[in-house]
Amino acid sequence: MRAPLLEARGLRKHFPLRGGVLQRTQAWVRAVDDVSFEVAPGETLGIVGESGCGKSTLARLLLRLIEPDAGVVRFDGEDVLAASPTRMKRLRRDMQLVFQDPYASLNPRLTIEDTVAFSLLVHGTPRAEAEERARALLGRVGLDPRLHGRRYAHELSGGQRQRVNIARALVLDPKLLVLDEPVSALDKSVQAQVLNLLRDLKAERALTYVLISHDLNVIEYVSDRVLVMYLGEVVETGTAEALSQSPKHPYTQALFASAPSMDPDRRMDRLPITGDPPNAINPPSGCRFRTRCPFVMPRCGEMTPPRVPVSATHEVACYLYEAAPAPVA
Amino acid sequence: MALATALIEAPALATAPMSYWRTVGWRLARDRATLIAGGVLAVIVLSAVLAPWLAPYDPAAGSIRLRLAPVGAPGHVLGTDEQGRDMLSRLLWGGRMTLVAGLTPVLVAFVLGTALGVMAGYVGGLTNMLIMRTMDIFYAFPAVLLAIAISGALGPGLPNTLISLSIVFVPRVVRVAESATVQVKGLEYIAAARASGAGVRAIVRHHLLANVLGPILVSSSTQFSLAIILAAGLSFLGLGVTPPAAEWGLMLNTLRQSIYVNALVPALPGLAIFVTSMAFNLLSDGLRDAMEIRG
Amino acid sequence: MWVYVGRRLLLAIPTLLGASVIVFAMVHLAPGDPIAAVMPAEASKAEIEATKRAYGFDKPLPVQYLVWLGRVAQGDLGKSLATRRPVILDVRDALANSLVLALASSLVAFGLGVALGLVAAFRQGRVLDKLASGIAVVGVSVPHYWAGIILIIVFSVQLNWLPAMGAANDPGVWEYLRHMILPTVALSLIPLGVITRVVRSAALDILNQEFVLALRAKGLVSRRVFTHVVKNSLPQILTVLGLQFGFQLGGSVLVEAVFSWPGTGYLLNLAIFQRDIPVLQGVILVLATFFVLLNLAVDLLQTVIDPRIARH
Repeated sequence: MRAPLLEARGLRKHFPLRGGVLQRTQAWVRAVDDVSFEVAPGETLGIVGESGCGKSTLARLLLRLIEPDAGVVRFDGEDVLAASPTRMKRLRRDMQLVFQDPYASLNPRLTIEDTVAFSLLVHGTPRAEAEERARALLGRVGLDPRLHGRRYAHELSGGQRQRVNIARALVLDPKLLVLDEPVSALDKSVQAQVLNLLRDLKAERALTYVLISHDLNVIEYVSDRVLVMYLGEVVETGTAEALSQSPKHPYTQALFASAPSMDPDRRMDRLPITGDPPNAINPPSGCRFRTRCPFVMPRCGEMTPPRVPVSATHEVACYLYEAAPAPVA
Repeated sequence: MALATALIEAPALATAPMSYWRTVGWRLARDRATLIAGGVLAVIVLSAVLAPWLAPYDPAAGSIRLRLAPVGAPGHVLGTDEQGRDMLSRLLWGGRMTLVAGLTPVLVAFVLGTALGVMAGYVGGLTNMLIMRTMDIFYAFPAVLLAIAISGALGPGLPNTLISLSIVFVPRVVRVAESATVQVKGLEYIAAARASGAGVRAIVRHHLLANVLGPILVSSSTQFSLAIILAAGLSFLGLGVTPPAAEWGLMLNTLRQSIYVNALVPALPGLAIFVTSMAFNLLSDGLRDAMEIRG
Repeated sequence: MWVYVGRRLLLAIPTLLGASVIVFAMVHLAPGDPIAAVMPAEASKAEIEATKRAYGFDKPLPVQYLVWLGRVAQGDLGKSLATRRPVILDVRDALANSLVLALASSLVAFGLGVALGLVAAFRQGRVLDKLASGIAVVGVSVPHYWAGIILIIVFSVQLNWLPAMGAANDPGVWEYLRHMILPTVALSLIPLGVITRVVRSAALDILNQEFVLALRAKGLVSRRVFTHVVKNSLPQILTVLGLQFGFQLGGSVLVEAVFSWPGTGYLLNLAIFQRDIPVLQGVILVLATFFVLLNLAVDLLQTVIDPRIARH
């Protein structure tokens, strides 16, 4: 087995909520709690979960745009969180982020050519070369630089802006791309185009993807492996097929069952999941899903269930599976 | 096939998109009121700059015999003041003083205020608290009162006036700059720039400043008219420029007693202040409208 | 909401303290010996020694500041160099006169300003709007001291309708009011302009909101829309009114100088002319305190009207 390109161990991030006369910390938003996973080189890991489950925070933690409270992030074996500023700048060439909001993620005062070239200029590329490479990359993502290069962000459509985002991320020749809801703000027809572009680019450039989304269809379309998050914690990980065909965690089951389908045979009468998701400020003790879980047991409230393997590549964090015997080696 | 492609592409290239600042300029050029105001202002500024050549008499020279000649008197188109000095010359030279005393503090406040405000907004934390709370203390005083307090302590004279008015205007600019910086800082393209490995200076220079300067410029431009009124007002009270220098506010003060003799001449310096201030206001209004982001 | 109130009160204290530091520093910024700044020239040696001990001039500056602050907190603002009277008495009388002027011109500015602003907003783009906006621009640009002089020229010198100087030559409310008319008008011009513009802009923002446009498209330009606009512009209008009232209290210096109106501005002007530092300090400190408290009141009033502000 090849060494993982990206490794996260025990990542935790809590945000303080200040209030009161003296602005003291009154509560904590437990955005990310003890998240661990690995990404092998060349694969696409899909991270799925509802809004507010901590996915975007996780994306920023991985790229060290926010400092975690605890945990380790290793890129190609190197500790990212311990890197010096100079080393960090070098690392940033290898790990890039494609942002969610195509409208807020581009500087309205720069042409898209300059936006893409900026990343290169920051790392010392001479201006002429930076502009040329930026133009080439814009062409590769489907925006003719002669037509669009000197345009401004507000003159482009959502899909075009996301292409610019992708170009900006790729111009530094990274090895890893983290994509935070890359197509959520786009129309369905455009979503397919952008996803296909991402797939082609990945093959051409031997990239590794971590793709975050709340949309199951997108996750199923692109991922090799999937990680399911609920309220800041990992509840299940496995290959895309394993999770879609035999999801183990009650939450994953509900997720896959609640995806609306055009197939009349698959329409449901009963809702697979009820209740509102609790917020991350005071999550339920123990397993955070227990307040909505149809299989809840008394011990679910005592302690967070540990991740247990269901097969060689499939893990669940649920007491329902704890009694499963370890596979014989 | 090549022809078809060329035909499709040609119109797209012809309607070259305009950058934000070009759009601002384009809109300004079409706003008649603003253009007229700009013209008037240009005339005022030019006549002030060219005062040494335009003024028919020495502004300090006067003979008591000729005092308070009315407008249209022979040899003195705008009359003479209470010491017999030619009004036209004093108005021209006075313009220099008033404009310098009024505009310099606004420019100083613009530079200093932007620097402090962006720093407070971007760095945040303790720096932000220190800077903003200090500004709050100055902001608690009404502008006129603060100007008088500082000038009263420092004493009259042009340099002291410049210092005092600068202190009055800096907090206002800092507020706008800080608020704009905080707002832009939270936008995703700043995070994207950081993800690319850019350092603080690169981000501020390339991404932050351009997007923050807009509101700061608008706010600063509205300060010009108040600055002129305050500068002349300080001289009116005896706290600004000292006699025998020519300055519109000072002239208004010394001519005040003469309104019972000749009503029009004493009104002239005030009229000059009024017209200048109004031109600045119309100009800054036009600028604000042109800079508004629409669509 | 009480959290917000508490926090605002807490914030006001360092502001007041900071203001007091500035006022205290004035004595030491002024050129010359600080003693000379607070003592008249003919004071006897005994008096000078007593003042030295009271102010603690031989002690380090922070101690002097605290001593001075303590005296101020008890209402002792020192004695005027010119009249030898306690400053607090002069300031109190002057403040009353200035408040009357400021209130009167605020009423004028507010009443006319809101009316003009609403007219301009509801008739946007048409003649009435241009007229009202024109008046507003003129109001904002006019130097109020010059306006005062022009008013004197027209109404006192030429027409002899209204008096030019002072608060009253003969006693009586009507005399007082007569003397008040011209200064009130002069002082209200700039706030009138500002309020008109703010009201117009706030009202336009609301009128252009989509659901209001929908109502108007249906022809419902009714009192309902009108009250809605007024109610929602109220926070902004109040803020600006508070600020302008402060401006009038501070800016009255110049108008009172023109009309010799016996208010704080007149006192200030006199003190500047006579280099009467204790009076200067006293007036500025009292005015600044007043202004800070006024801002606080306006902010708190805002939260009552629009609770959203407090939730921040």
